Amino acid sequence: MIASMRETIDTSSDRANGAIGRTDATPAAPAGSDAIEIAGRTFGSRLLLGTGGFPSLQTLADAIAASGAELVTVALRRIDPDARGSLIDVLADAGVELLPNTAGCHTARDAVTTARLAREALQTDWIKLEVIGDEDTLLPDAPELLRAAEELVDDGFVVLPYTSDDPVLARRLADLGCAAVMPLGSPIGSGMGIRNPYNIALIREAVELPVVLDAGIGTASDAALAMELGCDAVLAASAISRAQEPVAMARAMRAAVQAGRLAYGAGRIPRRRYATASTSDEGLADLT
Amino acid sequence: MIRLNGDERDDVAAGETLVAVLARLRLPLDARGVAIAVDGEVVPRASWPSFQLRDEARVEVLTAMQGG
Repeated sequence: MIASMRETIDTSSDRANGAIGRTDATPAAPAGSDAIEIAGRTFGSRLLLGTGGFPSLQTLADAIAASGAELVTVALRRIDPDARGSLIDVLADAGVELLPNTAGCHTARDAVTTARLAREALQTDWIKLEVIGDEDTLLPDAPELLRAAEELVDDGFVVLPYTSDDPVLARRLADLGCAAVMPLGSPIGSGMGIRNPYNIALIREAVELPVVLDAGIGTASDAALAMELGCDAVLAASAISRAQEPVAMARAMRAAVQAGRLAYGAGRIPRRRYATASTSDEGLADLT
Repeated sequence: MIRLNGDERDDVAAGETLVAVLARLRLPLDARGVAIAVDGEVVPRASWPSFQLRDEARVEVLTAMQGG
């Protein structure tokens, strides 16, 4: 795959434009099926939903239904005995699987402890591992992330790490035994889309694991692009929850993920600097 | 003084168990979706009735919230 991609870029007349993503002709995506398998579990939707930022539990419930998501993230926070309505009840009613995260953790130690608390609270050994290294960008702290991933994998967790768009780091996480890698497109909540699509395509080639584009999605076209680059799934949170109409955006993201997946399987045409007529000149009338 | 979810509490005393802590939060012992850490370490649910708090213990009672 890497060799064929390099060859295409190096030998094609449009190398200045740089083909990204799949450039070979063989569809890699199974036709018809939109299911994804992570750590031996099959999910019918390739859209994962983050539950943060929804204005109400009802909007969250409606957005889950509209998105078709079957795996949704939750955070672990101090309990509020006076809170009205239970998130857990809403998610149980929606029939979704929970993916607790370690959001807000800045050290491997905190993240590992949070994962263990999540396992206690929610009876799941799945964890979306986040170890933040910078308050302004919320970019991952790579050494701490690797340390936490290793400890959690050893402890029997199914680890889905939120990572940077660095293919080498993604491979290191895969080598440690993570169940997927979740590279960012751009900083969390920034809505900046995929700032380095080349790296996302490289990550797709670097690991055999499911690749879930995690952060930075701003609108539906970003999600479609992620899938066209070969990502196996997209996790959207703020892009849906903070949209003016979250439920409508959930529907849009669902369609975008499906469209991008189909396009990836269909194999896009190469980019060219000059036109290529779609209509043959053969039989063209002489009208001079 | 015990620190419970960041607040110093005079209604939880050293020597009491985590069951007492849950009671102060008006939570049943079998509260769903709850986990407890004391001084940064997870206390498994099975140990809640027997886990006695030391003075100055930092207790965190957590649950699933919207996020990520």
